[in-house]
Amino acid sequence: MSEIEKSTWRTKVGLAEMLKGGVIMDVTNAEQARIAEEAGAVAVMALERVPADIRKEGGVARMADPLIIEEIKKAVTIPVMAKARIGHFVEAQILEALGVDYIDESEVLTPADEMYHIDKHQFKVPFVCGCRDLGEALRRIGEGAAMIRTKGEAGSGNIVEAVRHMRAVTSEMRRIQGMREDELMATAKNLGAPYDLVVEIHKTGKLPVPNFSAGGVATPADAALMMQLGAEAVFVGSGIFKSDDPAPRAKAIVDATTHYDKPEVLAELSKGLGKAMEGLDVRQLEEKDLLSVRGW
Amino acid sequence: MRIGVLALQGDYDKHLQMLKRLGVEAVPVRTAEEVRQLDGLIIPGGESTTIGKLMRRFGIDEAIIEKVDQGMALYGTCAGLILMANDIEDSDQGRLGLLDITVRRNAFGRQIDSFETDMTVPELGPDPIRAVFIRAPFVTEVRNGVKTLASINGQPVLIQRDKLLASAFHPELTEDTRLHAYFLELVQT
Repeated sequence: MSEIEKSTWRTKVGLAEMLKGGVIMDVTNAEQARIAEEAGAVAVMALERVPADIRKEGGVARMADPLIIEEIKKAVTIPVMAKARIGHFVEAQILEALGVDYIDESEVLTPADEMYHIDKHQFKVPFVCGCRDLGEALRRIGEGAAMIRTKGEAGSGNIVEAVRHMRAVTSEMRRIQGMREDELMATAKNLGAPYDLVVEIHKTGKLPVPNFSAGGVATPADAALMMQLGAEAVFVGSGIFKSDDPAPRAKAIVDATTHYDKPEVLAELSKGLGKAMEGLDVRQLEEKDLLSVRGW
Repeated sequence: MRIGVLALQGDYDKHLQMLKRLGVEAVPVRTAEEVRQLDGLIIPGGESTTIGKLMRRFGIDEAIIEKVDQGMALYGTCAGLILMANDIEDSDQGRLGLLDITVRRNAFGRQIDSFETDMTVPELGPDPIRAVFIRAPFVTEVRNGVKTLASINGQPVLIQRDKLLASAFHPELTEDTRLHAYFLELVQT
């Protein structure tokens, strides 16, 4: 048989392609992971505390205990992702050794390095990173991220930041697409983004890797809103297991992500889901309490 | 000729692009009603448990089985292969059960074991195709008229029975349109 090449760029981006149109759910134990899988999640994100609790309890938020990750891996057959702190390449090495399927270099955890993100090209396991705008997305892709998610404001139960970030990314891409070629280098400079990637967006109008949404989804309507704004899949953090009745809400968010453009289906599946997680007015938060400003 | 790509979840966009490159009218399909209007359907890669649940919730599984009975061609990649099997090792997940085979999920390992390789498929000519396997399944047993077109280490990864075609790998992630063209021939037979 011919030579086998493992962990190529194509297999890394390929897994993200397979997750499109799906919901990735934050879980903190095996039981939650099973509820997520049963609801139809395409993957779970293993972590010690959901963002809402990290926000409430404070302190340094780190990579989850490998024991929790192992238990979650055993509990489900869908891909298992886990979070490493921004710049903490040893947490990432540990997660790779544990055999997780994707690493989220995440602003939800307390950053380990305020200057540098992880050099993600050095890893066999693929990475997803957050962004607030196109420049940030392209810097992360330049470092080797095989999937991008807009950050939103994790643990807020408020979709406003997710909307802001998704609109920032997609409108900037439309602007670049309409440019003359001789404008692209200045744009790359202003965005602080790799020139080659700006040229690629000029040609295709799309990010070179899948573009998902995160941070603030609490209802099926929130998920559908992000999909209509151009997200290719949705991460849900605190929104499920901080609600009154997680299982039906999880299922409804899965169905809403598939039928995001059918209001009559969305109306039906939004009925009687009980109380959503309590939300925060992001404008009342102080700069130090914002998670999305972590990383650059 | 009307071809659909099941767009409940997964890499359906890649399949739609592939079909467009072959000059075929292809549509994303999310309801049973849309399935009933098709001559051929592709079930993409994705999470087989998720796609299986969504098919059942929206009554799409029955529509597919009914249409296949009436001669619709069907091609499944990866998750699609799993969903077409009647036997899935260690799993009671929803399925279509259209092919008499046993399939093993995540058979090559987790994501870090995902790989690509050149593979020769006699039906597609002498040049190998680039086969991309992502958390891929393989077939552990074929029965009742299911033909193996390609294997890896003796495990079938491309199989066919009449107008039903299934691969453990993802031609839609490459530029090579030959396997999709082969499927379109099946649609027309």
